[in-house]
Amino acid sequence: MNVAFDLPVIWLFLIGFAITMYVVMDGFSLGVGILFPFVKHDQHRDVMMNSVAPVWDGNQTWMILGGAGLYGAFPLAYAVYLPAMYLPLILMLLALIFRGIAFEFRFKSNRSRPFFDIVFSAGSMVATFAQGVVLGAIIQGVQVVDRQYAGGTFDWFSPFSLFTGVALMLGYGLLGASWLIVKTEGGLQRRFYFLARPFAILLAVAMAVVSLWTPLANSRIFDVWFTMPNMLWLAIMPIMFLALVYSIIKGIIERHEKLIFVKSIALFVLGLIGLIISFFPLLIPPSITVWEAASSPKSQSFLIVGYCVLIPVILAYTFYSYRVFKGKVRVGEGYH
Amino acid sequence: MLGLHAIDLARFQFAFTVSFHIIFPAFSIGLASYLMVLEGLWLKTGKDVYIKLYHFWIRIFAVAFGLGVVSGVVMAYEFGTNWSGFAEKAGDITGVLLTYEVLTAFFLEAGFLGIMLFGQARVSKRLHFLATCMVAIGTLISATWILMSNSWMQTPAGFEMVDGRFEPVSWLEIMFNPSFPYRLLHMVLAAFISVSFVVGGVGGYHLLRDKTDKAARKMFSMAMWMAVVTLPIQIMVGDAHGLNTLEHQPAKLAAMEGYWGPKSGETGVPLTLFALPNMETAQNDYALEIPNLASLYLTHSLHGEIQGLNSFPKDEWPDVPLVFWSFRIMVGLGMAMLGIGVLGLFLRWRKRLYDTRWFHRLTFFTLPIGFIAIVAGWVTTEAGRQPWVIYGLLKTVDAVSPLNAGSVAASLSGFIVVYAIIFGIGIYYMAKLIRKEPMGDVPDGGPGHERHPKRPFSVVEQELDDEEVRS
Repeated sequence: MNVAFDLPVIWLFLIGFAITMYVVMDGFSLGVGILFPFVKHDQHRDVMMNSVAPVWDGNQTWMILGGAGLYGAFPLAYAVYLPAMYLPLILMLLALIFRGIAFEFRFKSNRSRPFFDIVFSAGSMVATFAQGVVLGAIIQGVQVVDRQYAGGTFDWFSPFSLFTGVALMLGYGLLGASWLIVKTEGGLQRRFYFLARPFAILLAVAMAVVSLWTPLANSRIFDVWFTMPNMLWLAIMPIMFLALVYSIIKGIIERHEKLIFVKSIALFVLGLIGLIISFFPLLIPPSITVWEAASSPKSQSFLIVGYCVLIPVILAYTFYSYRVFKGKVRVGEGYH
Repeated sequence: MLGLHAIDLARFQFAFTVSFHIIFPAFSIGLASYLMVLEGLWLKTGKDVYIKLYHFWIRIFAVAFGLGVVSGVVMAYEFGTNWSGFAEKAGDITGVLLTYEVLTAFFLEAGFLGIMLFGQARVSKRLHFLATCMVAIGTLISATWILMSNSWMQTPAGFEMVDGRFEPVSWLEIMFNPSFPYRLLHMVLAAFISVSFVVGGVGGYHLLRDKTDKAARKMFSMAMWMAVVTLPIQIMVGDAHGLNTLEHQPAKLAAMEGYWGPKSGETGVPLTLFALPNMETAQNDYALEIPNLASLYLTHSLHGEIQGLNSFPKDEWPDVPLVFWSFRIMVGLGMAMLGIGVLGLFLRWRKRLYDTRWFHRLTFFTLPIGFIAIVAGWVTTEAGRQPWVIYGLLKTVDAVSPLNAGSVAASLSGFIVVYAIIFGIGIYYMAKLIRKEPMGDVPDGGPGHERHPKRPFSVVEQELDDEEVRS
């Protein structure tokens, strides 16, 4: 095996895994903030925050793991994407900091509680929207000259990226609602069943629009999906998509509780697989591949040792946390 | 922005965010070791006062650790957003070192921090002490990665240039580059000293309240011992670090000394106590000098010469007044801290350490002195290596991202506002904790519980505001 050839693919998988973990896990905790305006009662908001309090910060571990890994393993991608997405990324960081602090201090404050409610909810929405915009802008592609970003300050700003921003808010909203269905009961749970349905339907529509918009706006991606024989075996993607959407909505109507959350996660993973199919082996479309963006084999092999030691530790920790934290969160419980 | 370029704003933004950030890791590094000592002494002597102090400081440690993590995330992204030229050319080396630091921090949080913060009721005393030791060592390992990366940028080694990019050849040479041991030792000692002044200041505050308070007396005494022992070591290490800089970054050292070159008819480098370095005329205005003293400590001979700024091209000069003055602030504060330490030793000898109110007031007043010295020291070394970001090889102008001044100005204002709010609240909260008397046990918690190590703040029960309006 040629190590220099394979290491970047392994790294792509590792970073892809970290980013997927982040999107799914921080997705539902950001979703809780997105749903805040739909739930007015202070005690119910306590329950919502308590349903993610023991895990939300661990979730963000994956974002930093993905970002730092990108820097070490694909410095070119890091050096191109971060300046290209400058404003939305800075906005996301500031929103996440605000949100994190609101988390810490909402429980410790009395007078200033309504203030931290707004900070928490607005921080979640802004961070999600910014992430969606970044996603859309990456799909659109960025201009690169001499291994440096060569576009303008507002290249990320387009109808498409604004649309993906809204779509991600719907997606995290669905993840949040289906998570809260698992963690709550009674009247509050009914509220989230009620909220999950419009989120699921709108998300399905938004994903369908993005899936059609992307190939229509980009002939290379069009060729990946709509030429024979690819078209035949890739047909499984839209079929799985429709089946998942159908079963999520059915699950909401028939009150399946836990399965809705699992299937919503599956829907996200399906979307990410779709992106990989569209892009691989490109890391920075339209021209820079995974191998061209990789750091030297000496860097990648040195770093992989630490990464491979840590990922199982973090996974074990995550698994243990969720196991300890299983079960419903009730009003008046776990407040401090 | 009026005449400001994106690069100036990007530099200011980095300086601003990193200056804020460095305070908290320095605090965590010093405090973790102090907690280790406290718990070790408690296990050895069984005296209650040590565990009381442990419980008092562990809450403050938790908040400092949390603020350090929050402000550190921003740093990890700034290398890409603002310094993409640097990230692209040197990411093969610095990206790897930085990622290792991130991995170390996560490893700590996932493992030993949880036991340290929440495990007291669950695990044996020995295992708990082991966890505290591991957290203390972990903060030092974190510092090691960051200082390796920074030192490599100051004194690059173990690499080869491939198409204008830095590629690793020998990781050992990269990690143990020529200035690394000095910088690491200097910074770790600085963290210890800064924390000893925080502990001393808090001890002084509580002695002012009640000079018979056992815990206050103990922490005050420990802090004063620490100050008087570590400062002389730090001065020696700082001197060695200076000689290392003279060898590898002579232009920086010339700026620190404000030395332009030999004047006609004179030999030897003077120690300049005061001056306004003038980069246009290449001389010091209003200089107050002690002849030949700098020759003595830099070359160990009375008439030894070093390279003055005039022997470097003008476009390779750092901002001389900034480096000159930040260096003097650092050294001046170091000397002031040594003075306080010696004064403490004198009062102890006269058996007046716990009764001298003006001295307690002085220590309380100088509580943040170490952190100011740390920031001044970093300004010296970072501004001093300009115009290089990787010394002698990559200029700062070639490292900056292709951004316009408007977006950097916007993000800079965002950071200033957010940091003012967040760290305002954080420091206000820490001050509330510090004002409390040393208190009882730490609450229970762990992964998956309400209180857990990824949210270090959750260890603290103190309310942010006092008024209860909820039914």
